[in-house]
Amino acid sequence: MKYTGAEIIIKTLLDEGVDTIFGYPGGTVIDIYNALYDYQDQIRHIRPSHEQGGVHAADGYARSTGKTGVCIATSGPGATNTITGIATAFMDSIPLVCITGNVASHLIGKDAFQEIDIYGVTMSVTKHNFMVSDVAELQNTIRKAFSIANSGRKAPVLIDIQKDVMQSMYNYKSKPSLPLSETPRFEQSGIKKLSEYINNAKKPIIYAGGGVNSANASTELRELMNKADIPAVNTIMTIGVLGPLDQLNLGMVGMHGKNSSNFAIENSDLVIALGTRFSDRVALNTKHFAPDAKIVQVDIDASEMNKNVIVDYAVVGDVKEVLTELLPLIDAKKRQAWLEQIAELQKDDYQAPCCEEQIKPHQLISYVVNELGEDLIVVTDVGQHQMWTAQYCARTKPRTFLTSGGLGTMGFGFGAAIGAKVGNPDKPVVLFTGDGSFTMNMNELKTAVDHNIKTTTIILNNHTLGMVRQWQNLLYNKRFSQTDINHSFDYVKLAEAFGAKGYSCKTVDEFKAAFADSQKQDGPVIIEVLIDQDELVLPMIPAGGTVEDIIME
Amino acid sequence: MKKMRVLSILVKNNAGTLTRVAGLFARRGYNIDTLTVSATKDHRFSKITLTAELDDIMLGQLMSQTAKLQEVVSIEELFDHNSVLREILLVKVAVTHECRSKLIEIATVYKGVVVDLSRESMIIELTGKPQKIDAFISVIDNFDIINFCRTGVTAVQR
Ligand SMILES: Cc1ncc(C[n+]2csc(CCOP(=O)(O)OP(=O)(O)O)c2C)c(N)n1
Repeated sequence: MKYTGAEIIIKTLLDEGVDTIFGYPGGTVIDIYNALYDYQDQIRHIRPSHEQGGVHAADGYARSTGKTGVCIATSGPGATNTITGIATAFMDSIPLVCITGNVASHLIGKDAFQEIDIYGVTMSVTKHNFMVSDVAELQNTIRKAFSIANSGRKAPVLIDIQKDVMQSMYNYKSKPSLPLSETPRFEQSGIKKLSEYINNAKKPIIYAGGGVNSANASTELRELMNKADIPAVNTIMTIGVLGPLDQLNLGMVGMHGKNSSNFAIENSDLVIALGTRFSDRVALNTKHFAPDAKIVQVDIDASEMNKNVIVDYAVVGDVKEVLTELLPLIDAKKRQAWLEQIAELQKDDYQAPCCEEQIKPHQLISYVVNELGEDLIVVTDVGQHQMWTAQYCARTKPRTFLTSGGLGTMGFGFGAAIGAKVGNPDKPVVLFTGDGSFTMNMNELKTAVDHNIKTTTIILNNHTLGMVRQWQNLLYNKRFSQTDINHSFDYVKLAEAFGAKGYSCKTVDEFKAAFADSQKQDGPVIIEVLIDQDELVLPMIPAGGTVEDIIME
Repeated sequence: MKKMRVLSILVKNNAGTLTRVAGLFARRGYNIDTLTVSATKDHRFSKITLTAELDDIMLGQLMSQTAKLQEVVSIEELFDHNSVLREILLVKVAVTHECRSKLIEIATVYKGVVVDLSRESMIIELTGKPQKIDAFISVIDNFDIINFCRTGVTAVQR
């Protein structure tokens, strides 16, 4: 049967199992919205306040559910507004399919009203993108986009569709999703070699990154750790994949990671890097990363081999598949001496001072996660609050900690929290944010109110761009240039103006009362907590430094 | 150790493919010396041949990053011993009555052809391996070279 291109888009999305879209209408996508009108019972559409928030929502939805996030934006400004969102997902390998409209084919290249070459603009922040100028290609292009976004290393894909394509008629017959391209084949001899490195090591350490999460390989990872008594460190992307309940997990590594995690890498004789890319926030100084260790790496993306750190041996493959093959070859053993050495190191770990009256970030975060339990999905923005949350959120399940790790996008949080809640209506969702990040995309509070999306936003208000101030404090002679936010913002009134409930708290008791009340509300809530401006994220290894440069106070 | 590499990339013949490949190189900071694009027997595909000074690690990065592009079908390194590599040079040299025959003599040794001749200048065309072109240019270096143009390497595996 023949349908309009716009209907084919909706039908193909349904074929791909899509039931939720984050999008914003406009002139070049009005036909898609016209078609969507007939499918409101099958597709939930969330309209954000700004396309960036919409893409962050699709991203939060994808991170928390493991499904593909889908977003729609109109040509020109709608399309350019998506870029930060797409780039955020790209840097963290999150699968998205973004559909943009473009001007009709006879106007392409004429600088028509709201014409932007979004295909050219997004080339470097997508895994692939398409420009559709022929309705005959529409259905297959959409199917390909889903396959590409989810094959191998996941990532966003953009499809730019010209307006007349949406209006043309073409045959459509429902088709199943295209298969994902095969994961890289690896040789049994490679697995054997990997096992030899591990079996021969005396002081091995696993360095587990976001790829373990994408591959859903937390079970296999734990088996490896437990079978061979190998301690592990997690990156910010593996919070929840490994958690405080894993005895052998030392915790977060890197710039604001645990002292002991960083020292354990430094003292190891073998680093087993799984699904991770030795980013400059972990391998802060690539020349001195694990100086005495051999390094072996498993990653689905061949281009991650020898990119940031030169490794001794690498297997290109899906982490889950590799570990499954590897496990039988691994000798079960105990590594008492090594674990004791680490236990010694842990004694020197930084302990944040506690306080009964004044609100301390680490106590606040611990309190909230304890109250809401292990299903709680924790979302962050970017800054000090993000690092405190990473350090203290104690997640024990994968996909319960959502943060912009690679791009570090302030403003990510509110959209992502909305997406997480839409994807997980039965789980509580809490966003920890800062006054700077929150104000970047607080317009999405309107979205949460409009769609009655119950999220709890906790703003750690230090009246400053805390993380930048921290660098100025420690590294720039306390020259606090343009970081203090001396506004007298009334967050309670702000929340009310949006139709949400707001609270402001100065003390621990006030916070506990506000938090208890907030959880009884039906809609989104905002809780402002006032914290000290000079509160630091510790420990800290300055960019480019080594464990020797660690700042503990 | 860095050395000159020749890479042959088979790509899908779609709009934007060259931009993707070139954009990747620019973004990742790979310095490309020459790049040529040509049709292949199968009109659905094109062949990109490029040369660059790379060490083994850089080569691995360039190849694996390029292979990730959806439009790239295959990428391989070509070697002198298993491929025929060719490049064309057009060089315009200012000549006087005295040096003209000297230059023609040298060009003949290199199997170069004079394709344009005027009272003040001549243009020589030379086809050959990149090393041969390099050698020729260095031999005629003491002549008054006005300008030259090289096509970049194209190659076919034996
Ligand atoms: C979009 C964007 N702009 C600028 C930055 C640089 N930056 C990193 S952290 C930070 C401060 C964040 O302040 P706030 O959200 O108040 O959090 P805090 O550090 O105070 O917890 C800034 C400006 C960024 N990461 N993202």
